[in-house]
Amino acid sequence: MKRLDPSRRILLADMETKGLADCKVFESRGGYQALKKALSMPPKDIIETVKKSGLRGRGGAGFPTGNKWGFVPQNSGKPIFLLCNADESEPGTFKDRLLMEKNPHRLIEGIAISSFAVNSHKAYIYIRGEYAKAASILERAVEQAYSAGYLGKRILGSSFDLELVVHRGAGAYICGEETGLISSLEGKKGQPKLKPPFPAVSGFLGCPTVVNNVETLFTVPWIVEHGGEKYAAYGTEQSKGTKLFSISGWVNKPGVYEEELGASLKDFIEYYAGGMKGGAKLKAVIPGGSSTPPLTAEEVEKATLDMESMAKLGTFLGSGGIIVIPDQLCLVKLVERIAEFYWDESCGQCTPCREGTGWLYKMVASIEHGNGKEVTLEDIKKTGRNMMGVTICPLSDAAAMPILGFVQKFPDEFLEHIRAKRCPYGETH
Amino acid sequence: MSSTEFTADRKERFKTIVAKYEQPSCALLPVLYLAQEQWGYLSSSVLEYVAGLLGLPVAHVASTASFYVMLKKKPTGKYWLQLCNNVSCTMLGSEELLAVCKEELGLEPNQTTGDGLFTLSCVQCLGSCGTAPVVQINDDYVENLNPSLFRKLLQRLKVGDESVIGEMTKEMHS
Repeated sequence: MKRLDPSRRILLADMETKGLADCKVFESRGGYQALKKALSMPPKDIIETVKKSGLRGRGGAGFPTGNKWGFVPQNSGKPIFLLCNADESEPGTFKDRLLMEKNPHRLIEGIAISSFAVNSHKAYIYIRGEYAKAASILERAVEQAYSAGYLGKRILGSSFDLELVVHRGAGAYICGEETGLISSLEGKKGQPKLKPPFPAVSGFLGCPTVVNNVETLFTVPWIVEHGGEKYAAYGTEQSKGTKLFSISGWVNKPGVYEEELGASLKDFIEYYAGGMKGGAKLKAVIPGGSSTPPLTAEEVEKATLDMESMAKLGTFLGSGGIIVIPDQLCLVKLVERIAEFYWDESCGQCTPCREGTGWLYKMVASIEHGNGKEVTLEDIKKTGRNMMGVTICPLSDAAAMPILGFVQKFPDEFLEHIRAKRCPYGETH
Repeated sequence: MSSTEFTADRKERFKTIVAKYEQPSCALLPVLYLAQEQWGYLSSSVLEYVAGLLGLPVAHVASTASFYVMLKKKPTGKYWLQLCNNVSCTMLGSEELLAVCKEELGLEPNQTTGDGLFTLSCVQCLGSCGTAPVVQINDDYVENLNPSLFRKLLQRLKVGDESVIGEMTKEMHS
């Protein structure tokens, strides 16, 4: 069984260290050494190193990080911005919160190195508004980093300047989408923008902008310190490295765990999360946040935690938010919650999403509450299919895909509701 | 008629905030938070005041404020109970917590108690799925809740005992 030895951890290696959020403690653990090294390298070489590592964005989309950095034009005459996406709101995902609360300086170090690599002198951490505690921990860490000379003018005696601002969102899932995040930071509604132009060319205030997830930036110092090849030695062909997985739902030990990509999902649930609570039987697993289609118990047996395996099973590794659903709970009710979420969070710009998410919610709710008909299932499929690939951003697809997945993989559970004209599991709402 | 104006201390904080950003418009969210801190919610006169300070059209400020759930367009009670009912919280008992609110406070979602102490909202995933179910009270997460703990929490808040929030706020992975 492929399983990451604790001594080979990249992201959570130091998590047990007390007071790690303090700059001095972080320094005593070798913190900011990677930044020192990076500042002595030509920025191009850092980008090459990250390309070689095979690191892909950890927010959910999985775009190769080094390539993203390579797209930034260096001759536009405009300032370049680096935005750290800390708007973690994909249901089932809580890994970035842990990183920011426990090891904020490592994130700051990653931001400083990445900004240096893309030639940015102004960076923002856009953190979801609800993470007030993490935001205050970050603000304190940023202040310490300025005092210690890791941020500000002439960092560590080099000619590199960087300003870093912690910016709190105010409760909107769509601001986790990179162009929605940019709109929000510009003081507008968090409505996504049509691509192209891509943010790398025209993003925040029309300037070249790199948007990277917390975990992605957090990984960068290790890569700079140890080299791209060392990182690429972890993982699989298409999915290099290790990743954090947030596991929740019906398991004994929910939490955030680091594993090498390519490890067995079944073993992950057993070994890290301590298996099913109360010895319950497994019904389904949402592998990468609520936007990703579910896996059946049978599929979980053969799934591995990498992009290739998930693609083969018709789903995605996404943000690594694993939600474990036991046999004794009603799936339709949980799908109702998922549908309501996307309806609530649709920004309303595009008709297929604004209308489609509401219809999906109403149709799933009608089945859960005993008013569905067999044709309702067909209408769900039709509506879902008409929502995919036709909108400015992926929220519409993110709503349709899991709902279609549940309907396709668990049709009997929906049909039981329809035939019984009630929820067979009983209603408490 | 009292005029809408930041306190002297907040006027200084306003300047510090705006100085961090490329343009005043980018400082809109933090300035709206600052206003909410002073007035409790964003009335139309507050939105007009903020628009004036930042040199933005009132319609722009109102439109932005309307988009975000954490920016309050009307007052909430002293304790804003934000109960997550997304997938993991639902699986682990958020509906029972909703029932406790109804029994203890007579509250349905989007209602405020007559004494102005509590407002109840159902909110989307708070990133606390590993410690579900969760209720956010103002800015604090109270995690790993169950009905009897939640009942105790509400009963102590009812008599003004706020220390209960600190006691029940546990460190993640501590």
